[in-house]
Amino acid sequence: MSRGESPSQLDASASGSTGRKPKRNWWRRWGEETFTAYLFLLPSFLVFAAFTFFPVIFSLVICFYRWNLPRQPVYIGLDNFKWLFTDPIDAPVFRQSVFNSFYYSLGGIPLNMAIALLLALFLNRQLRGVELFRTAYFLPTITSTVAVSVVWMWIYHPADYGLLNSLLLKLGLSLQSWLRDPHLAMPALIAMGVWKGMGYNVIIFLAGLQNIPSRLYEAAEIDGAGAWTKFWKITWPLLGPTTFYILVIAVINSLKAFAQMHVMTQGGPLGRTTTIVYYLYQQGFETFRMGKASAVAAVLFALLLVLTFIQFKVVGSRVHYD
Amino acid sequence: MTSRVELRPATRPRLLRRPRETAFAIFWYVFLSCAAVIVMMPYIWMLSTSLKGTEEIFTYPPTWIPQKWHFHNYVDAWNSAPFGRYFFNSLFVAVIVTVGQLITCSLAAYAFARMEFKGKNVAFALFLSTTMISAQVTLIPSYLLLKELDWLDTYMALTVPFLASAFGIFMLRQAFMTIPKDLEDAAKIDGCGRLRFLVQVILPLSKPMLASQALFAFMGNWNSYLWPLIVTTSKHLRTLQIGLHYFVGQEGGTQWGVFMAATVFVSVPVVLFYFLIQKSFVEGIALTGIRG
Repeated sequence: MSRGESPSQLDASASGSTGRKPKRNWWRRWGEETFTAYLFLLPSFLVFAAFTFFPVIFSLVICFYRWNLPRQPVYIGLDNFKWLFTDPIDAPVFRQSVFNSFYYSLGGIPLNMAIALLLALFLNRQLRGVELFRTAYFLPTITSTVAVSVVWMWIYHPADYGLLNSLLLKLGLSLQSWLRDPHLAMPALIAMGVWKGMGYNVIIFLAGLQNIPSRLYEAAEIDGAGAWTKFWKITWPLLGPTTFYILVIAVINSLKAFAQMHVMTQGGPLGRTTTIVYYLYQQGFETFRMGKASAVAAVLFALLLVLTFIQFKVVGSRVHYD
Repeated sequence: MTSRVELRPATRPRLLRRPRETAFAIFWYVFLSCAAVIVMMPYIWMLSTSLKGTEEIFTYPPTWIPQKWHFHNYVDAWNSAPFGRYFFNSLFVAVIVTVGQLITCSLAAYAFARMEFKGKNVAFALFLSTTMISAQVTLIPSYLLLKELDWLDTYMALTVPFLASAFGIFMLRQAFMTIPKDLEDAAKIDGCGRLRFLVQVILPLSKPMLASQALFAFMGNWNSYLWPLIVTTSKHLRTLQIGLHYFVGQEGGTQWGVFMAATVFVSVPVVLFYFLIQKSFVEGIALTGIRG
């Protein structure tokens, strides 16, 4: 159908129907539209209201109560926060959990992003079979964290028949107890996290790379630029928004990690893999202290907000958006 | 139409004429293959162990190809826990959430994309703000709410909280906005109501976005762990992920052949599903990732 046809058709049907329709009051029509729109928003709104807005407000209230299930809540003011930050026994545990969360995030993200970018650069070529490689790298991302954790527990098995230990033995190194070693447990979780999370970032980097116009590279080639110069002068600056996006998502996601700690280490050994979320889980669902757990959640929420803000300020200002 | 991100390289295809380029190509393949082997190693190890007998599992050095194939591990794994029930639970919950989300998101996205109403911007900002709140932050109050509703340890707890998605609304809104306004005017004049227009015109035209939205909802729900862990306690309500965790945790950690067999049949459906729809899935990620 040619483009010229549709308006005339529309006019014809419009003139045909004006006679039948009663003249509508603009206000009435507007009111009807508003009503219908809110009706359409209602199902989503109800779910958000019950499971996002209400919980956010409610958690601000619970923070100020001692609420140890199944007992009734008791108002205690700021005691939960005092306990988190100054209690001689529990405050160091909480500080350790904050440290562990950042250790997990910052330990994994740079490596994850570097490998993902490298793989994306390699995949950004017109070669046969590229899609097959892409599929392979992405597989860990879609496999459930629990399944992956069980497999890696077996890889990290402390005996000589554990896959990683058998490799160490072949290289003439001594056995390690990996997930049971206080110094190695977190690096082991980080290594698994890099393996699991990388594929997602490869896809995002790849999409970012393909948004860079090829004429820029062609122009640079005419000017005699080498691969190294092209990367640092064209690819890296123009990939800024993508890198920034990946960084934000990666920090937030790694701060939220839970399943691998719960399946593989239960927060141990010696609390070395107890992250903030894991600590929250312990307070809330192992000892059922709802007030204390809510105070931990409030700290986590504040951290996530501050991080997002800092990233927007610091990284955002250096990113080229064009 | 919906703009889709093509993941094919932008560079024009070139024949490998010169030896220098051939050498480069070989280098690419070797590098990418090595990386692929490393990435696939845990899967191969999982499959290999799942077919080994107990003695072979505990021998050093470990073997990659089982000397004797013990398919019986799979039968043992399936029979030692109600995995059939776990499968049903995971599937049931994921389907309810996916279908429910598509309905609520389509309605809301239509209102935001196609209608003018008072407070639209405020409502949109309010909806989008929910993406800032992660489930971990609201875990405790949500749990207490479910407890008060007496929904703990029911399918309601596993499904109802996920029946809306701000992200889904946002993405569908983007797709709906690309559909020409003329179409709607014409339909309205023909006496077509908003709901009918949404169902009969907009949704069929937004199939790619609906599909990728459905995929995200399904996968996210199928793989979720923390929420089902805290809101369910009885065995018959466990999802596959929770079931696998308890199965491996209970046995004291020695029957690795059986554990790996269970892990294979827990992860293989998702992997197969992914192979079937991987193109649209990967394109969906690229698209939402860049826009989101």
